[in-house]
Amino acid sequence: MARYGGVDFYQTDSLFSEEERQIRDHVRDWVEERYLPIVERAYEEGYFPADVIPEVAGMGLLGATLPEKYGCAGVSNTAYGLAMQELERGDSGLRSFVSVQGALVMYPIFTYGSEEQRVKWLPRLASGEAIGCFGLTEPDHGSDPGSMITRAVRKGTPGAAGSGYILNGAKMWITNGTVADVAVVWAQLRDEATGRDQVHGFLVEKGMKGYSAPEQKHKHSLRASVTSELILQDVFVPEENRLPEARGLKAPLSCLTQARYGIAWGVVGAAQACFHAAKQYAGVRVMFGRPIGAFQMVQERLAIMLTEITKAQLLCVQLGRLKDAGQATPEQVSLAKRNNCEIALDIAREARDILGANGITSEYPVMRHMCNLESVKTYEGTHNIHTLVLGEAITGISAFR
Amino acid sequence: MIQVVCVKQVADTETRVRVAADGRNLDPAGVTWILSPYDEIAVEQALLIRDKQAPGEVVVVSVGGPGVQSTLRNALAMGADRAIHLKTETIGPDPLQVARALAEELRGAGAELVWFGKQAADDDQAQVGPMVAELLGLPCVTMAAGFALDGGKATVEREIEGGREVVEVTLPAAITTEKGLNDPRYASLKGIMAAKRKPIEEKPARLGEPALEVVALELPPPRGAGKVVGQGVEAVSVLVRLLREEAKVI
Ligand SMILES: Cc1cc2nc3c(=O)[nH]c(=O)nc-3n(C[C@H](O)[C@H](O)[C@H](O)COP(=O)(O)OP(=O)(O)OC[C@H]3O[C@@H](n4cnc5c(N)ncnc54)[C@H](O)[C@@H]3O)c2cc1C
Repeated sequence: MARYGGVDFYQTDSLFSEEERQIRDHVRDWVEERYLPIVERAYEEGYFPADVIPEVAGMGLLGATLPEKYGCAGVSNTAYGLAMQELERGDSGLRSFVSVQGALVMYPIFTYGSEEQRVKWLPRLASGEAIGCFGLTEPDHGSDPGSMITRAVRKGTPGAAGSGYILNGAKMWITNGTVADVAVVWAQLRDEATGRDQVHGFLVEKGMKGYSAPEQKHKHSLRASVTSELILQDVFVPEENRLPEARGLKAPLSCLTQARYGIAWGVVGAAQACFHAAKQYAGVRVMFGRPIGAFQMVQERLAIMLTEITKAQLLCVQLGRLKDAGQATPEQVSLAKRNNCEIALDIAREARDILGANGITSEYPVMRHMCNLESVKTYEGTHNIHTLVLGEAITGISAFR
Repeated sequence: MIQVVCVKQVADTETRVRVAADGRNLDPAGVTWILSPYDEIAVEQALLIRDKQAPGEVVVVSVGGPGVQSTLRNALAMGADRAIHLKTETIGPDPLQVARALAEELRGAGAELVWFGKQAADDDQAQVGPMVAELLGLPCVTMAAGFALDGGKATVEREIEGGREVVEVTLPAAITTEKGLNDPRYASLKGIMAAKRKPIEEKPARLGEPALEVVALELPPPRGAGKVVGQGVEAVSVLVRLLREEAKVI
């Protein structure tokens, strides 16, 4: 196969700075040289190749947009997006690992944590010495996290030594759960003053009594990624492990906006990998005496793929610029996440079809991407939920809240 | 300790190159330019020495057109401290010209170690390192596959036919690097951002007159179509016979 050079039909390269392009190219080379050779086996056998964590961390990919003060790279959101694109061109599981660590663990600690919490966790999370996970979804509470039943109950007098919380509940589908040293767990806590429940974030650490995180096996998607349950049975969490600034559901939702932003870029990488494979294959596979790429139906599909990738790229570029300017809205992120996941999955399915029987093997990346993208379309807000978010933005009427 | 690494920008080794219309140069259109892989090893070695053994400055120098600055930035992103761009419009094929320009710059620069890749990944001349050493009167050890610094001396291992040669050299010295010496790092995001703020000094390259000229550049002839000689066990003897008699490779 010819060397992978990405897809750039509209000279989007010219919209990036030299550093942004360099960052993308470095991550691309790393994925090509270090990740692609190992991912198929990891996927088949169903494990996340954790040996790569030090290298991923060494490149500064964990919490890349956070300040250097905490051991992070402090790059632009656009550069970060390009890095996500290249990681997911490798595998959605790899991008998921990086998304969770950065957007769902480091971001909330940075945004809602105390300075002590930041100093304690961020450098270790940036260096990959500590792994984190984000526990929002529950077995019976997915798209509607506000209805969660995991609960924290105050123990001791606030401020007094030894005060804290007792957590009970269960989380499900938690990326990195089993391998995490720290879990950002979201739970209901009754507000003493109003008597109302409010969602709060807690840093639950590996080894705390009553906390366990068994891995969920038997997945047909994101097989090279760890997915786990979190079980909390009378877990005592000290006061200093509550995120002091996170009050209400908007805190975890703001983390999701960060992660969805990375996903919007990431899936374009997976789509490009599938397009690349389909284009190559269509050029060399001869049937009825001609390369299949000579048939109009195949050409039309390739044309649609290229069009959708190009549109998705342009969405990402502008979204990145808006985010860098501090102007991106959650609804704009929803639009890009919704669109790009859908087109990436469609492209993966079409590519699988163009590759015929070969498309189902691990010789080509397309079916792996296709299966992965099923999860990516579901997590971080399903396609339907983002449709409803946009519906509300358009009409001013919420169909789900 | 000051270390200087002389680096060349070359076409990505995976690029499909074309010969330009003049039949004497590469067609630059559509080429991705990279830091020559052997030079990358040289940069890595200098950085390892700076960070682990002999603190100081790692300076990267390149001779070439405006485009080479992106390659210098790559070396800065890996961790080099500053860069010098010796500017020329076109870079001729005569290695002695490049060596002269580099030697001019290096004279009086106080470098204890001057690093080169053992050869450029494009023209494979393997001349610039030894020539610069000669022009500066420095000892030169080529094709270093192992390196240990010990005060004012260095022990260098060289891979030679059928074995390894161990050489001791007194600094200052010029060293050219071979594959296997180290595993060059991937630049970090932080390194790439920091590279933006590191200086690249621009100076005219003093090349002198060329004494060498390329008269023709040709791509190897396209490979002929493959041939299936049969299937199963019977095919083996046919294949062996054809390899011996037709292809004459065994
Ligand atoms: C591999 C993987 C990794 C994950 N990692 C994490 C993680 O790290 N942390 C975490 O907290 N969660 C994680 N999740 C969970 C994920 O975010 C949820 O699966 C997702 O939010 C959807 O919830 P659900 O699966 O319960 O589906 P449900 O909410 O039950 O939805 C089922 C279907 O009903 C549709 N639906 C629901 N409500 C509406 C409505 N109002 N209108 C129209 N359609 C509707 C949905 O679109 C969907 O098609 C992960 C999931 C997967 C698969």
